[in-house]
Amino acid sequence: MRVLGIETSCDETGVALYDTDAGLLADALYSQVALHAEFGGVVPELASRDHTRKLLPLVDQVLADAQLAKQDLDAIAYTAGPGLVGALMVGACTAHGMARALDIPVLGVHHMEGHLLAPMLEETAPAFPFVALLVSGGHTQLVDVRGLGDYRLLGESVDDAAGEAFDKVAKMLELPYPGGPQVAALAERGRSERFRFPRPMTDRPGLDFSFSGLKTHTLTTLRQLHEQDAFDDQAQADVARAFEDAVVDTLIIKCRRALKESGRTRLVVAGGVSANRRLRETLDIALTKLGARAFYPRGRFCTDNGAMIAYAGAQRLIAGQHSQTLQPRPRWPLAELTPPGC
Amino acid sequence: MPTLLALDASSTACSCALIRNRQIVQRFEIAPREHTRLLLPMIDEVLAEVGVSLTQLDAVVYGHGPGSFTGLRIAAGIAQGLAYGADLPLIGVSTLEALALAAHRKWHARHVIAALDARMEEIYVGAYHCHDGALSVALDPRVLPPSRLRLPDTDRDIEWLGIGSGWQLLSNIPVDVQAALPQTLPDELPAAEDLVRLAATSWERGARGSAPHEVIPVYLRDEVAWRKA
Repeated sequence: MRVLGIETSCDETGVALYDTDAGLLADALYSQVALHAEFGGVVPELASRDHTRKLLPLVDQVLADAQLAKQDLDAIAYTAGPGLVGALMVGACTAHGMARALDIPVLGVHHMEGHLLAPMLEETAPAFPFVALLVSGGHTQLVDVRGLGDYRLLGESVDDAAGEAFDKVAKMLELPYPGGPQVAALAERGRSERFRFPRPMTDRPGLDFSFSGLKTHTLTTLRQLHEQDAFDDQAQADVARAFEDAVVDTLIIKCRRALKESGRTRLVVAGGVSANRRLRETLDIALTKLGARAFYPRGRFCTDNGAMIAYAGAQRLIAGQHSQTLQPRPRWPLAELTPPGC
Repeated sequence: MPTLLALDASSTACSCALIRNRQIVQRFEIAPREHTRLLLPMIDEVLAEVGVSLTQLDAVVYGHGPGSFTGLRIAAGIAQGLAYGADLPLIGVSTLEALALAAHRKWHARHVIAALDARMEEIYVGAYHCHDGALSVALDPRVLPPSRLRLPDTDRDIEWLGIGSGWQLLSNIPVDVQAALPQTLPDELPAAEDLVRLAATSWERGARGSAPHEVIPVYLRDEVAWRKA
C-alpha cells in the first residue's frame, strides 16, 4: 500500500510517500522558520497561509522523486491534530479533497503518534513494547507503548515543554530564533562545573516534569552575572551549558525511572529535542548501565515531517481504518487513541 | 457552456453549486464552524443530483475571498485537493463579485457596492456596474474603515445598491455615500451559485483557470502580524 503523508500542524509543511512493502519512497519538507524569525515565534495566520502555497508543490515533488503518478497512490494520511487549528485545516482539507478526487481512503493521524513511531523508519527499528519520551517545543511526555494505538501516559510536563524552555532560554541569552539548537551549540563551549542548575521534580517519586522553574533560575543567574558585571561570552556559554545539563539530566532521570517501573528495555526518543547531541550521548551511556537501549529517528525526522505521518497512517490504513469526516482536532490527548479496529 | 463545481466557505454560510447545460444545482447552509463537516457531503449531493462525476467537470471553482481567513482556506484546500486529484484547472472567484451578481439577479440592481465585515472596524469593499448578467469593476476590492469609503468616481447621479455584511456598519459610512445608497441588503451572504455563474461567464470568454496550487486565497488584509519593536 502506497500512502501519501501530509504534515501541516505548525510551521513545517511536510510531505512523504511510504510504501508498506518497499518502505519510505520520498520525502520533502518546507520549513517556515525564516518567515517567523522576524516575529520571534510562530505567527499562526502566516503559517496557515504558507501551507496553502506550499503543500501541492511538495506533493508534486515527492511524486516526481518516487517516479510515481498521483493515480499510483492507495491512500492519504494527514495530521489531524494536535496543533494550530488553521494550519491543521489546510492539510486536512487538501487531503480530503484529493482523496475524494482519487477515490482512495484518507485518514487523520495523531501528530504525536507520528513522532513516537518515527524510529520505525530506521534500519534498527524498536519492537513493541517500549517506553517513548516525546520531547519537543510543544510536548514533554513519557508514554508506555504496548502496541500501535495502545498508549498509556506515564508522565508529562506540568508547565513548559522542554523545547519551549530551550527556546525561552535562547531569548534570555539573546540568541536568534529558533533558539533551541543555538543554546545547544553555545553549550558546547560552556563549562559544566561553573554553575549547577536544579533538576526539577527529580527529588520526589513520579514521572511528571516541570521546566518553568529552571527557566526562572536561568534568568536569575543571568541577572546576577549582569549585576556583578561578570557577563561575557564565556559566562553566556557556561549558562547555556548549565541549563542544557539540567534538562538532559532531568529527562534521563525520568526515563530511567520509567523503564524501571514499566519493566521495558527499549526507549524511543522522538520530537525536536531528541536531536540534541548531549541528550543522546548521555542517555546511551545511562541506558547501557540499565541493560536497556535507546532508539532515535534520523536527524531530519526528529522535527515535524511528512514521513512519520505517512508511516503512522499506513499502519492504520492497512488495517482498514479511515476517516469519514473532515474535522481537525487541535487538542487531542494521545491516550484517547485506540488500536485499529477497536 | 462548461460544467463547473463551485465551493464557498467565506462567511457563516457554506455552499456548493454545480452548473451543467446552464442548469444550476446548489446546496446552501448557514452553519458557523460546521463548514469542514458539511462541504464534502454537499459536493457528493450536487454531483449525484446532476449525475456527473468529478472527471466530467471542466474545472473547480471556489470563493477566493475576501472573507473569513479560515473559511477561505477551507474552500481553497478542498478545491485545490479536488482539482489536483482530478487533474482539473482551478478558478478563484471574488466573493464581492458573487454578492454583486446576486444583487443584480435578484434585485435587478445596475450599480452595486458589495461590502463584507472585515472585523477590526474595517470592511472589505468593491463596487460593480452590472449589465445582462455581467459585471465591470467600478472600485477595486480593498479593505478600509467604513468612514473612509468614497463613491466610485463615476456619474454622481447613480443610485447604488449596498449588499453584504459590511452594511451592518452603515452608521460609520460618510453621509454622501449613504445618500447615494437608498437600499442596503446587509443580511445577504456569498453563495456558490453566483460563483459558478461568474466562472461560467468568464469561461465562455476564454478564461480557463490555472494550476490548482497557483489559485490561492485573496485575503486583502495582509498586515496580520506585527514585528517586535
